[in-house]
Amino acid sequence: MDFDLVVNILFATIRTGTPLILIALGEMVCEKSGVLNLGQEGMVLMGAVAGFMAAVVTGHPGLGVLAAMAAGMLMSLLFGFLAISLVTSQVATGLALTIFGTGLSAFLGASYVGVGIEGIGAWTVPLLSEIPVIGKILFSHDPLVYLSWALFGLVYFCFKSTRIGLIVRSVGENPEAANAIGMSVFKVRYGAVLFGGAMAGLAGGYLSLAYTPLWTEGMSAGRGWIALALVVFASWRAERVLLGAYLFGAASIMHLVLQGLGFEASPNLLAMLPYVATIVVLVVLANDAVKTRLNTPMALGKPYRPQL
Amino acid sequence: MTFGKKGTISGRARKLFSVLGLATLATTASVAHSAEPLKIGFVYVGPTGDAGWTYAHDEGRKYVEKHLGDKVQTTYVESVPEGADAERVITQLAAKGNDLIFTTSFGYMNPTLKVAKRFRKVTFEHASGYKRNKNMGTYFTRAYQGRYLTGLIAGKMTKSNVIGYVASFPIPEVIRGINAFTKGAREVNPDVQVKVVWASTWYDPAKEREAAETLILQKADVLTQHTDSAAVIQAAEAKGVYAIGYHSDMSVYGEKAHLTSTIHSWGPLYLKKAQAVIDGTWTSEDLWPGIAEGTTNIAPLNKAIPDDVKALVMAKKDAIKKGEMRVFDGPVYDQAGKAMVASGTTMSDKELLGFNWYIQGVEGQLPK
Repeated sequence: MDFDLVVNILFATIRTGTPLILIALGEMVCEKSGVLNLGQEGMVLMGAVAGFMAAVVTGHPGLGVLAAMAAGMLMSLLFGFLAISLVTSQVATGLALTIFGTGLSAFLGASYVGVGIEGIGAWTVPLLSEIPVIGKILFSHDPLVYLSWALFGLVYFCFKSTRIGLIVRSVGENPEAANAIGMSVFKVRYGAVLFGGAMAGLAGGYLSLAYTPLWTEGMSAGRGWIALALVVFASWRAERVLLGAYLFGAASIMHLVLQGLGFEASPNLLAMLPYVATIVVLVVLANDAVKTRLNTPMALGKPYRPQL
Repeated sequence: MTFGKKGTISGRARKLFSVLGLATLATTASVAHSAEPLKIGFVYVGPTGDAGWTYAHDEGRKYVEKHLGDKVQTTYVESVPEGADAERVITQLAAKGNDLIFTTSFGYMNPTLKVAKRFRKVTFEHASGYKRNKNMGTYFTRAYQGRYLTGLIAGKMTKSNVIGYVASFPIPEVIRGINAFTKGAREVNPDVQVKVVWASTWYDPAKEREAAETLILQKADVLTQHTDSAAVIQAAEAKGVYAIGYHSDMSVYGEKAHLTSTIHSWGPLYLKKAQAVIDGTWTSEDLWPGIAEGTTNIAPLNKAIPDDVKALVMAKKDAIKKGEMRVFDGPVYDQAGKAMVASGTTMSDKELLGFNWYIQGVEGQLPK
C-alpha cells in the first residue's frame, strides 16, 4: 500500500464520517433533553432536497446550506409540536416524520432530478493545508467539514463546562425536578429538538450540495438510522460520537479500497465491516455498565406532562 | 361452483349445469373485459425519480399509457424491498383486480411465482428471472450488448489501460455485464485490465462515489457502473477522467466525462405484452430482446470520441442488429487463459443467464 493511498483513505474517511457526525450530534443533544426523535432520516432528506432546490434557484450553494438547515428545523418543529406540546408518542411520531419526510422530499424534488449544479467545492485552509500529509488529510476539505468540527467543539464544550449543557441534561434526567426549580422543560426540549433538526438538515445539505451534488430520492441511504445507533453505542458522549462516525467512515472506505487492491475476501463480508467495527469499538469503550447507565438520559422517550 | 358428494343432481344434469354455468361466467367475464380498462400493476425496487433501473421501467409504463390510453389503467408501487414485503405488495395488487402485473427486480422472482400460483386468472410478468408458470412469463433486456459496445469505446479511450467498474452484487446479470464490457474493451485494446469494485449496494450515491474515487486512485481513467445513481459520472467529471453511464442517458451529470450510457427502453415490450392480454393471445414465454428489438441501446456519443471509433461502434451495433455477430462469439477465454467458448461457436442463452466466471481481462477473483 503506497503512501498516497493511505493519505487518500484518511481524507475519504473524514468525508464519509461527516454526515454521520452532524446527524448524530444533533440527535445526541435532542436525546440529552429527554426527547427521542426517530425522524432523522426524514429530516436529512428534507434538508437535502431543500438545500438542493435553493441552490438551483438562487445559484448560490451557501443559501442552499441555510435552506437545508431551515428545512430540517421546520420538520423538527412539527415533531416538537406533536411530541412535546400534544404529548404524542415520541417513537411513533418520529417514525411518522421519517415516512413523511421521505415522501415529501421525493414529491418536492421530482422535477429536480437530473439537474446539475456546481456544488460546494474544497476550500484549502491557507498555510495549514501546506503542512505535509496532515494538510492534505485535514485541511483540504469543503467548508462544511470544518463546520462539523466547529459544531462538535460547541456541543462538547456545552456539555463539559456550561450552564446550558447542565440545564439540557437536567431536563433529560428529571423533567419534574427541573420544572420545580423554575426551568421551562418545554422551552429546553423545543430548543434541543430544533437544534437536532438543524443538524440533520445540514447533513442533508452536505450530501446534496457537497458530497454528491445531485438530488435523487432517498439519497441519504439510511445514514439517519446509522447515526441513531451511533448515539446509543457512543453512550451519549460527543467525543465517542466523533470517533464512532470516523470509524464507520474508515471501515466503509476500506471495504472499497481492499477490493481495488485485490484483497480476496467476500465483498459482502467486507460491507459488514463498518457496522461490526464501530459497534465493537464503542461497546468496548463503554464497557463500564454503571457509567453507561449514568450517561443514558433517565427521561429519554418519556413524554412530559406538567403537573397542574 | 362446487357440488357436494352426496348431491341430488344426477351426473348428466350436473355436467350440463356446469357447462351452462361456465358459459355464463365466460360471457360475463368477456363483457366486463371490453367495458373496463385492462388494469396493469407495476412493482418497482427503487424510486421512479432517479435516472436508474426503476426510472427506465416507469418510462415503459408511461409508454403503454400513451399508446393504449383508456384501454389501460396502470398503477405502480415503488421502492418495494425484495422479500416478504414484495409478496405482500404483489398479493395486494392481484387482489385489487389488476389483470397484468409486472414485477421488475430479480428478488421478486419467488414472491411473484408464489402469488401467481394463488391468483390463476391474473397474468404476471417478471423481469430478469428464470422461473415461469402458466400465468407467469419472464422477460429481460440484453443490456450486455450495450455493455459490449460501450466497452469498445472504453478500450479506445483509456490511456492508462486500467478501466474501473463499480458493481453492485456478484449475480449473473452483473457478471455478464462486466464480461461483455471487458470483451469489447479487449477487442480494441488487448492490454486493457478491468478492475471491479463491489459496492454491495444497488443505490447509495455517496458510497458509489467513494468506490469510483478508489478506482481512480488505482489508475483507472475510464469508469463505468452497475449501480443506480449517477454519482460515478460526477466523480469522474470532478477528477477529470471519463465515465460510461447505465440505465439512462446520464450526460447531464458530467458533460465532459460522460462518453455514453447503456440504456433500456422497455416501452415497446410492455405495450406488446399488454396488447396480448387484451387480445387474449398472451402466453407464458421467456423474452430476451436486445439491440435488434430496440430494447437495448446506447446514448448519443460524446464529441471527444474520435470519428473512427464512432464508426466502429456503429458498425458493430449494426452487425449485432442484423444477427451477423453475437457478443460472446468464440473464442472466449477465462482468466486462466482456457478457451471456454471455442472459435466458431457462441454462448447459449442458458449459459449467458448463468454466467458465473470472469473472462480474460477482468482483474481479481470473482467473489463466491
